[in-house]
Amino acid sequence: MTNPIGDVLKTEVILAIGTDTTGNHPIIANYIMEAVHQNGVKLLVIDPRRIELVDHADLWLQHNPGTDVALLNGLMHIILKENLQDQAYIDERMEGFEELKSCVEKYTPEYVSSITGVPEEKLYAAARLYGEADPAAILYTMGITQHTTGTDNVKSCANLAMLCGNVGKVGGGVNPLRGQNNVQGACDMGGLPNVFPGYQAVTVDDVRKKFADAWGVEGFPSTVGLTITEMFDAAESGKVKAIYVMGENPVLSDPDKHHIEHCIESLDFFVVQDIFLTETAKLADVVLPAACFAEKNGTVSNTERRVQRVRKAVEPPGEAREDTWIISEISRRMGYTMPATTPEKIMDEINLLTPSYKGITYKRIEKGGISWPCPDEDHPGTPVLHVGKFARGKGLFFAIDYIPPAEEADDEYPFVLSTGRVPQHFHTGTMTRRGTGLNRLCPEPIAQLNPEDAEKLNVSDGDFIEITSRRGSIKLKTWLTERSKLGMVFVPFHFHEAPANTLTHAIVDPVAKIPEFKVSAVKVKKAS
Amino acid sequence: MSMVRLTIDGSEVEVPEGTTILQAAEKAGIRIPTLCYHKRLPPIESCNMCIVEIEGEEEPVNSCAAPVSEGLVVTTNSKALHEQRTANLKKILKHHPLDCPVCDKAGECELQDIVYEFGIEDVPYEPRKVKRDDSYSTTLIRYWADRCILCGRCVAACSDLKQIGALEIQGEDEHARIVVDPDKCKSCGECLMVCPTGALTENLSKYKGRPWLVKRVWTTCSYCGCGCQFQLNVLDNRVIGITTDVDTGVNRGSVCDKGRFGYEYIGDESRLKKPLIKENGAFREASWEEALDTVAEKFKAIRDEHGPDAIAGLTSAKCTNEENFLFQKFIRAVIGTNNVDHCARL
Repeated sequence: MTNPIGDVLKTEVILAIGTDTTGNHPIIANYIMEAVHQNGVKLLVIDPRRIELVDHADLWLQHNPGTDVALLNGLMHIILKENLQDQAYIDERMEGFEELKSCVEKYTPEYVSSITGVPEEKLYAAARLYGEADPAAILYTMGITQHTTGTDNVKSCANLAMLCGNVGKVGGGVNPLRGQNNVQGACDMGGLPNVFPGYQAVTVDDVRKKFADAWGVEGFPSTVGLTITEMFDAAESGKVKAIYVMGENPVLSDPDKHHIEHCIESLDFFVVQDIFLTETAKLADVVLPAACFAEKNGTVSNTERRVQRVRKAVEPPGEAREDTWIISEISRRMGYTMPATTPEKIMDEINLLTPSYKGITYKRIEKGGISWPCPDEDHPGTPVLHVGKFARGKGLFFAIDYIPPAEEADDEYPFVLSTGRVPQHFHTGTMTRRGTGLNRLCPEPIAQLNPEDAEKLNVSDGDFIEITSRRGSIKLKTWLTERSKLGMVFVPFHFHEAPANTLTHAIVDPVAKIPEFKVSAVKVKKAS
Repeated sequence: MSMVRLTIDGSEVEVPEGTTILQAAEKAGIRIPTLCYHKRLPPIESCNMCIVEIEGEEEPVNSCAAPVSEGLVVTTNSKALHEQRTANLKKILKHHPLDCPVCDKAGECELQDIVYEFGIEDVPYEPRKVKRDDSYSTTLIRYWADRCILCGRCVAACSDLKQIGALEIQGEDEHARIVVDPDKCKSCGECLMVCPTGALTENLSKYKGRPWLVKRVWTTCSYCGCGCQFQLNVLDNRVIGITTDVDTGVNRGSVCDKGRFGYEYIGDESRLKKPLIKENGAFREASWEEALDTVAEKFKAIRDEHGPDAIAGLTSAKCTNEENFLFQKFIRAVIGTNNVDHCARL
């Protein structure tokens, strides 16, 4: 997030696009409720699904799945026509305005309405609601990113925010709500194929030299490595022979499950380090038992970039060990001794090599977290990014054209499948489906289907349906609900007994390499 | 915002307009007894414990709801106030069974604390004539109807904080009770957060632990990216629940159902406890020595034969910064490839 969560209380309009906040980020939803019902903040929801936020919204645009770029360009078109942009901000702080302006010129309300299915008057109302507010905050999650145009969608959100001068301002911002407790930190720490910790590019000579010197090695490849989806493809083609997985369950979380399983089977050697024998771990040659969050010390970085402590409360079961110990032991056996292996010592090394984390020490965050960038030990941290000027200097508009989703509904596969989470479960269910508590609330996978569609399919509430895509087929119960748009079916991906990713396709965004989990073409019938 | 000056117990206090007398007193370091008042909730005014005297007014007012005004002279403690508060508390206590020895909340019960503070010892318990229904819409939360003092906090939390409105107080006097709408309740547990007594308790943990017997460790929730802060409650090396604090963390005392009830996996029997090596399609248990040697030798052999780019690693959005740092360092510095990623996209 460019801004802290609490900023939604200080804004005039919240634009929530592609986020089922009450379901996936209930505590952030608390802030939205307070903003809307106590502070009089207006809520604009843009989502194909009739999510719960819609009940609290001043305006809801129900667009066709995967048409976000067209919709956002359409809003910018109206904002420019009605002169609602923040021209002083644009003149002072931005580049690329003319290109953006000419790009959105053709996204007239009429044209955008034909693509998105949103009535023209609602486009006008939304553009005015957002455009006239000062400040306004954009919140989004995977409904924006999990598309073959995910990068374009994010950039379009940023375009809209910058057009109205809402970046670098308290109560404004472009705010992705992160879905896992340290997905921010895993990125910050260089768990990405193109960057070292602190987003320092592997392609830059000086950066590689700095890390080579610090770590006492000769050098690193100057080429970007493989992303998660590319790794598995490379395994299938024989280019990658071994994969080492720490705390991930790609067999359930990645697109096209059968394909992933086949890729893993092609490997010479597969190691999984986890707390449970997950669907992925079952395919491993060696499984290493790890400690969970309650059994170790460390830090995690939340969606506000706030670095906070994780503290050891219990001993790990049996012979399970901390991940840092396991990594260090493998490393030592391969001839490289990691000098720092306790969490606090590793943080010292992070401080040295990661400019944005330089001033974040265990001592300082003992009583509460600090948001990066924090360039020195006296720095209070940076709750709001891009204040005064952008990290890159001038802000940059991207002129982006709408591209339809990779796989659209057709005669044979007439429904659009969207996958996601339910409030009671997390990711592949490895944690939330243990024990009895959350399973009492949500024991089984249930597909959400629009009642009108159900009637045509002769499906009653609670019936089993069979959903089939070009990749595979699953059977599960249905819940007939208006939450699902006509022609759409929603399936949570937590459940190994009806794995949603059997159905999804593996075509990814060309830049971010993110799969299009929000749009796959499927057919639906009553299960026999 | 314009400032207002008033006098509380002889001290002059300056606070912004719109502040309540209770908040102004708190700012001046003066504590007024409260029971139904909760920092995150609008004033409920069901307990009448926070009454104060205002010069020129005949009747005391509830300081949680009364706004400050210029020149107000407030007294928070007097014999009359103490007597009135004691009477109000006795009225509440009359229908509250003193089953503290078997109540989960004992030791951190706000009612227990305030009764102790007031030194009340002579209130015979009178069960309500109308039996209330103990049922709650979720099996994860237990409602002890007899213990409920109908303060209204849970109702306010459900309607104001969550905007769900699954709870309401129905009936008057002897008939008054909390009623749950099972179609609306999501079992988020916000009502558990605010209940000042043992009327609502978590009905999940198989293990009991008195507040003074459990170890409490502050940490960050392991689920989504909000970064909620809570304490793990530990008894005999087992996590038996969580507690929050209204002043700590972005969650301000709230957690969702995953954060509140999703701790069972930590001590689950199916946790991996030994390294496993697959032989002829089946796993067998192995020592750490053997497992680590196998992994290191295989990685070395593949790196030497096919080059470092033949190896790839997936680090984790569920692991700590330190673990992620070390993992990518291992892949880059020891294996020698940039093939490292995680499931940020999934």
